[in-house]
Amino acid sequence: MTATAASLAPARRSLAKPTILPGFGATLGFTLVYLGLVVLLPLGVMALKAAGVGPAQFWDIATQPRVLHAFRVSFGCALVAAAINGVFGLIVAWVLVRYDFPGRKLVDAMVDLPFALPTAVAGIALAALYAPNGWIGQFLAPLGIKVAFTPLGIVVALVFIGLPFVVRTVEPVLQDLEAEVEEAAASLGATRLQTFTRVLVPAFLPALMTGFALSFARGVGEYGSVIFIAGNLPGVSEIVPLLIVIRLEQFDYAGATVIATVMLVVSFLMLLGINLLQRWTRARHG
Amino acid sequence: MADPGSSRRPALRESGLSRALLIGLALLFLACFLALPLLAVFVQALSEGIGPYMEALAEPDALSAVGLTLTVAAIAVPLNLVFGVAASWCIAKFQFPGRSLLITLIDLPFSVSPVISGMVYVLLFGLHGVMGPWLREHDIQIIFAVPGIVLATVFVTFPFVARELIPLMQEQGQEDEEAALVLGASGWQTFWRVTLPNIRWGLLYGVLLCNARAMGEFGAVSVVSGHIRGKTNTMPLHVEILYNEYNFVAAFAVASLLALLALVTLAAKTALEWRFADQIAASRR
Repeated sequence: MTATAASLAPARRSLAKPTILPGFGATLGFTLVYLGLVVLLPLGVMALKAAGVGPAQFWDIATQPRVLHAFRVSFGCALVAAAINGVFGLIVAWVLVRYDFPGRKLVDAMVDLPFALPTAVAGIALAALYAPNGWIGQFLAPLGIKVAFTPLGIVVALVFIGLPFVVRTVEPVLQDLEAEVEEAAASLGATRLQTFTRVLVPAFLPALMTGFALSFARGVGEYGSVIFIAGNLPGVSEIVPLLIVIRLEQFDYAGATVIATVMLVVSFLMLLGINLLQRWTRARHG
Repeated sequence: MADPGSSRRPALRESGLSRALLIGLALLFLACFLALPLLAVFVQALSEGIGPYMEALAEPDALSAVGLTLTVAAIAVPLNLVFGVAASWCIAKFQFPGRSLLITLIDLPFSVSPVISGMVYVLLFGLHGVMGPWLREHDIQIIFAVPGIVLATVFVTFPFVARELIPLMQEQGQEDEEAALVLGASGWQTFWRVTLPNIRWGLLYGVLLCNARAMGEFGAVSVVSGHIRGKTNTMPLHVEILYNEYNFVAAFAVASLLALLALVTLAAKTALEWRFADQIAASRR
């Protein structure tokens, strides 16, 4: 069948391997034009603008104390949030896959809420919740823990935003684990804890790391949910995306472009890392 | 569905205590970070009763924000729907060099901060942007106007449909289409009668997620909108303005509409996952 199909294909010079399916040129052409106009052209303009700034001025802008602070806050908070999500996301995924309890399916569906809830809504809700007089904040305030309007608030917002990335990356791997492997470990005399650390952890670790990286990458660029809860104090709780917005509002396009370019380059490097990690995971689990 | 845990001997699972602890910990965490924020939106919105709530929603600026959000989604989602189908057709049904690069480029907007997604259009079309002077000469306004909001929304929702359809269509292969063509169907007939029915649930799934993001986008839209009340304010931006004016009831009232949209999206998405699990790509991120 495939051989017949291939020989039926008109003998034309084509980029694609021969097949009788039509529409390759048209769909590829449309895809490339649309991608080019919507995504690549604007990003290219930004790259040109950044290149036009000149290395000396670029370095000056990128190393201003306020900018460096913002990078420290953004990356630091995203890292802490991703770590929290790594731990609790794993527990949530584990509980959802392994245990049965009333409402499990509802809870499973709710995990995707951060994907569906607009970030501004999440931002004002979290700010209300963790403010000193909020439902959760009132219990933390007597302990001397201030969440809203501090870097801790940024972490809370980024935990919210990043949670589903960890759960949804780890869940399928836990589901696919063969019970036989654990049975073999147990019958060879391993305790439950040994089975977990020696057999299960190595199996889901790549997925957990991917989820961690996705959550981190998302957190670094997050804006909407953070600005309501962060307090936005320059040098303390000001994140990079907010600084970009401030520069744009001052019509300081060069400043905004430089900061954005640094952030994009770091994001792309992380994306590259995530892809390698996923390839590694797939290679291990076929 | 059989629970793999129930048939196991004790050595193969955690003790009842650690089970209960883990479940409790997971639920407490989800309550603090997911359930309570969602609940807080509705409680705050209705904190002064149903009257002020309805008033906040019936306000002209709120209504115009709803209208603009619907308009933007009505333009951005179909654009990305057509793009998603075209892109997945050429990527999934054909082998050509550079395919994986193309997939990476399509995913690109997901790894760009929303703020940068808006900023690139300011650099391109803004007053001091590359095309700014030319646009002003011809009296065309893109930034701080609806076209800019649409563009920014298209950018951030760009990959949703494509990344849902590509794995699905790759999985389905091309035998169905080949059979239709060999039997004499035209290309369009094959697409409408064979391909589309095969991918419809996956397509709907992608459109759902695309729409939720389009209506809820904040960062990118905030940069290009100019925040002109009643003109270039989408619902999320209107929430921000009201919140910054300490008009909390109104802010949460508008936010509650967006939260409802999120709940409807989640319910529809979950229903699709349960009923048509085999007909949507298992590409849960």
